[in-house]
Amino acid sequence: MIAIFVAIGVIFIVKLFSLQVLDPSYKLSASQNILRHITDYPARGLIYDRNGELLVHNEPFYDLMVIPGQVGEIDTTAFCNLLEITRESFERRMSEAKQHSYYQGSIFLSQIAKDSYAYIQEQLYKFPGFYVQPRTLRNYVYSTAAHTFGYVGEASQRVIDNNPYYRPGDYVGISGIEKYYEEQLRGEKGVKIKVVDALGRETGPYQEGRFDTIANAGKDLYTTLDIDLQLYGEKLMQNKIGSIVAIEPSSGEILSMVSSPSYDPNLLVGRVRGLNFRQLHTDTLNPIFNRALMAEYPPGSVFKVISTLIGLHEEVVYPGTTLSCPGYYHSRGITVRCREHPNPVNVKESIKYSCNTYAVNLFRDVIDQYRFENIQESYTNWRNHVQSFGVGRAFNNDLPYEQRGLIASPNYYDGIYGSNGWSSLTIMSLGIGQGEMGITPMQLANIASTIGNRGYYKTPHIVRAIDDPENENNNFEEKHNTTIDEEHYDLIIEAMFEVVDEGTGRFSRIEGIEMAGKTGTVQNPHGENHSVFIAFAPKDDPEIAISVVIENSGYGATWAAPVASLMIEKYLNRQVDRRWFEQRILDANFINPEKHPDAE
Amino acid sequence: MRPHQFNILKDIDKPLLIIYVILVFIGLANIYAAEIEDTHTTIFDFSQSYGKQIIFIAASFLMASIILSVDVKWFSTFGYAIYWFFIPVLISVLIFGTEIKATKAWFQIGSFAIQPSEFAKFALALAIAKYISSVKTKNIRFKNRLKPLILIAIPALLVLMQNDVGTTLVFGAFVFALYREGYLSGIVLAFIAMAMILFILTLLVNELFIIAGLAGTTILILFMIQKKKAAALQLIGLCIALSAYVYSVDYVFENVLQHHHKERITVLIDDEIDMRGPGYNLNQSKIAIGSGGFWGKGYLEGTQTKLDFVPEQNTDFIFCTIGEEWGFFGSTALILLFLIFLTRLILLAEKQRSSFSRIYGYCVASILFFHFAINIGMTIGLVPIIGIPLPFISYGGSSLLGFTILLFIFLKLDTKKLERF
Repeated sequence: MIAIFVAIGVIFIVKLFSLQVLDPSYKLSASQNILRHITDYPARGLIYDRNGELLVHNEPFYDLMVIPGQVGEIDTTAFCNLLEITRESFERRMSEAKQHSYYQGSIFLSQIAKDSYAYIQEQLYKFPGFYVQPRTLRNYVYSTAAHTFGYVGEASQRVIDNNPYYRPGDYVGISGIEKYYEEQLRGEKGVKIKVVDALGRETGPYQEGRFDTIANAGKDLYTTLDIDLQLYGEKLMQNKIGSIVAIEPSSGEILSMVSSPSYDPNLLVGRVRGLNFRQLHTDTLNPIFNRALMAEYPPGSVFKVISTLIGLHEEVVYPGTTLSCPGYYHSRGITVRCREHPNPVNVKESIKYSCNTYAVNLFRDVIDQYRFENIQESYTNWRNHVQSFGVGRAFNNDLPYEQRGLIASPNYYDGIYGSNGWSSLTIMSLGIGQGEMGITPMQLANIASTIGNRGYYKTPHIVRAIDDPENENNNFEEKHNTTIDEEHYDLIIEAMFEVVDEGTGRFSRIEGIEMAGKTGTVQNPHGENHSVFIAFAPKDDPEIAISVVIENSGYGATWAAPVASLMIEKYLNRQVDRRWFEQRILDANFINPEKHPDAE
Repeated sequence: MRPHQFNILKDIDKPLLIIYVILVFIGLANIYAAEIEDTHTTIFDFSQSYGKQIIFIAASFLMASIILSVDVKWFSTFGYAIYWFFIPVLISVLIFGTEIKATKAWFQIGSFAIQPSEFAKFALALAIAKYISSVKTKNIRFKNRLKPLILIAIPALLVLMQNDVGTTLVFGAFVFALYREGYLSGIVLAFIAMAMILFILTLLVNELFIIAGLAGTTILILFMIQKKKAAALQLIGLCIALSAYVYSVDYVFENVLQHHHKERITVLIDDEIDMRGPGYNLNQSKIAIGSGGFWGKGYLEGTQTKLDFVPEQNTDFIFCTIGEEWGFFGSTALILLFLIFLTRLILLAEKQRSSFSRIYGYCVASILFFHFAINIGMTIGLVPIIGIPLPFISYGGSSLLGFTILLFIFLKLDTKKLERF
């Protein structure tokens, strides 16, 4: 019998040795059993405009969390009534939470408002395994700049898989600067470790909080936006489809970025986000689409400024080169129409009156230069000049989801016509900004900015400083020089000044402000022309460069130019005095054409 | 009588007495550890289990000194009387008793509940010792073998009717004592052990493998005993009988055992069992013990038991608290303490000149060993969860008092080990 005692004793000791000393898994289970890791969510960074005006802040709300392993026998009916959910919903949420983890908290019901929170919290002691987690949600002071801010949503499974920082239920910036500056804005989560008993009751901090980490609040962003200008731009764009981009040429700072129609950014916050997002998504006017960055338009006549600069640089024209325009350009059966204007025209006047004949001639001369062996080589040379204005390539700045635009490659034409099958004649519409060319409003504004700077641009960007207004964002300091000699710019700027002063854009002249601009009317096979205008002012030391595109509205001079003019007046004078001029724009409605002021 | 009483402390076996006291206080300390919350600061809080345990310990010491002061002859004389006193008590608990956790084994008196089956153990031990010591013939007949089995069966059945399977099985522990006295042959014991092993094996492995194994073993033995035809036939018969038994296991398991009994066996052998449901107790118990590590978390530092993750933490699962707070070191020490205690009991039993004392000693050792083996075995997942207390350690007045009486009757008998009576 003693032998049996000893045998059993040895078996016990061996088993205990393997349980207590060899197998680490029980120690892990034990800590998960008793510790509740409560995430301390930091407040997301605030967002300010360039003058320190608060644009985006946070509002508290509460998530009801559940640790399925700690949920005891609860009165489900009472619980469902408390939360105002159905029995099915309870079961579904519970099984989702179980799928996530038995021992870790999952969100059971998210975004409980402050007033319901107080009531629920009072009753919660009856339901072990449930606790409340304070969170914050975005709140937008002004219903504006939705596309710039982007929005915040719960991290998707893909985000969670790719980045260990995120857990289900975490928020992450999904578009706009919320996405680009996610790491700065989100801060660092902290964790509070609480000891809980089997019934899920918290009994105190674990080891006096020795292992708790404090959440670091997100860093604030100081944007380059001028909120007054932004709001004014959105107001001008009401009932219109298109966009406005305004840039400070010397720095590349984006003063305003309007994409119209837009939406209230507060719609994409919290529990209503999914529903509102679907609604916005199915809206035929596509308000979610950020036209300023993503819509590509052939630039039309505004492109003539680049085209002419290339002509001057390539010395196929000189300031005094004149041409008499018969009202059209005709070559081998192809005709490009021109409008009535004084004749003959020199370089400056060709810009001022937006002469198509002159532009096509100049373009063909650039392409047909003898120094090039073939069309591919000469076209590539021209294309490089164009691209040096930031066209047809991505800025890779702090605004996600931009389109690169399109300046077709020589291969593209080779593919269509064969390598010997195309010539300057084939592609001459490029000279007047039509054809295989797509430029975004952001790129158009950058062209204005580049010309205003007389030959260089700094990459347009939206954030000026991070964390502290003095902690400047130096990522976009580099000067991108164009391939055009600086000496040619003055003539073009002078021409653009005259466009506004006495040319196609004279209607939009501002008393006391020397504004340089160029109108464009983009032929649109699907309907009314797009009205386009680029400008900068004051012409000699520009503080603002701007592009305006208004889809399906008509001539550039009629709609886009006045909008740009008002924006510049607003920015430089901080007020607009031309009431009637402003009212005409505010009244214009191109979304419901029956209200079109010109429709008789 | 005066000199007799004076000598009692000198004559009593010191190692057993000391270990008994140590175990009782280890129990109190760990009941306190399992229950203590920040709001309760003093151990003398009689509304808490540790406070009540102090009362039980005091009562046990009182009972121990009463037993030690009684004349030894009293126990052999009243052996049957005590036994027959407890049988109607066990019956009346079935009628008037209070049901606690589906077991109708309690008399509720004020805030205390008394469990008569805990006292039936020493009564049965006395009766068995009395009967076997009264059989003077060396030639044990079938009638002599049957009678102790009937003595065991009566209380065992009554306790089974209380739905207390654990205590019922404890009565099975008397087979050890019967075996020692030659009232049960080794072959029977071996059969029981084999049947148990085959039962578990059958649930684990496909029965075809087991039958193949049995047949293989039979053939092997047949080769070794080629000549003896009769033995060979017996062996083949045994093999066929065991095969039939193996096939019947599944039927018994599925159709005869109650649901929760099945679950308790399943949790031992099936890793996939739901750890929130039937597997909860065992899993939490293993987590608590396993998390103790080598040196343990320190006294009162245990989190699993203190925070109520382990069920029945101060009674049947008290070993979890020890495992968690004292680690491998402490649990091994406790096991060794029990082994020394049990071995000492057996050695003392052997020295008794009186067969009554010897048999009683074996009964005590058998019961304590069974409790020890099953209780610790279940907390570490070696045997199915059978709710029986760890002697002297677990919280509970009836069990502590019952074990104390059981032990001290033997200690009293032992003081007169050189006498025949």
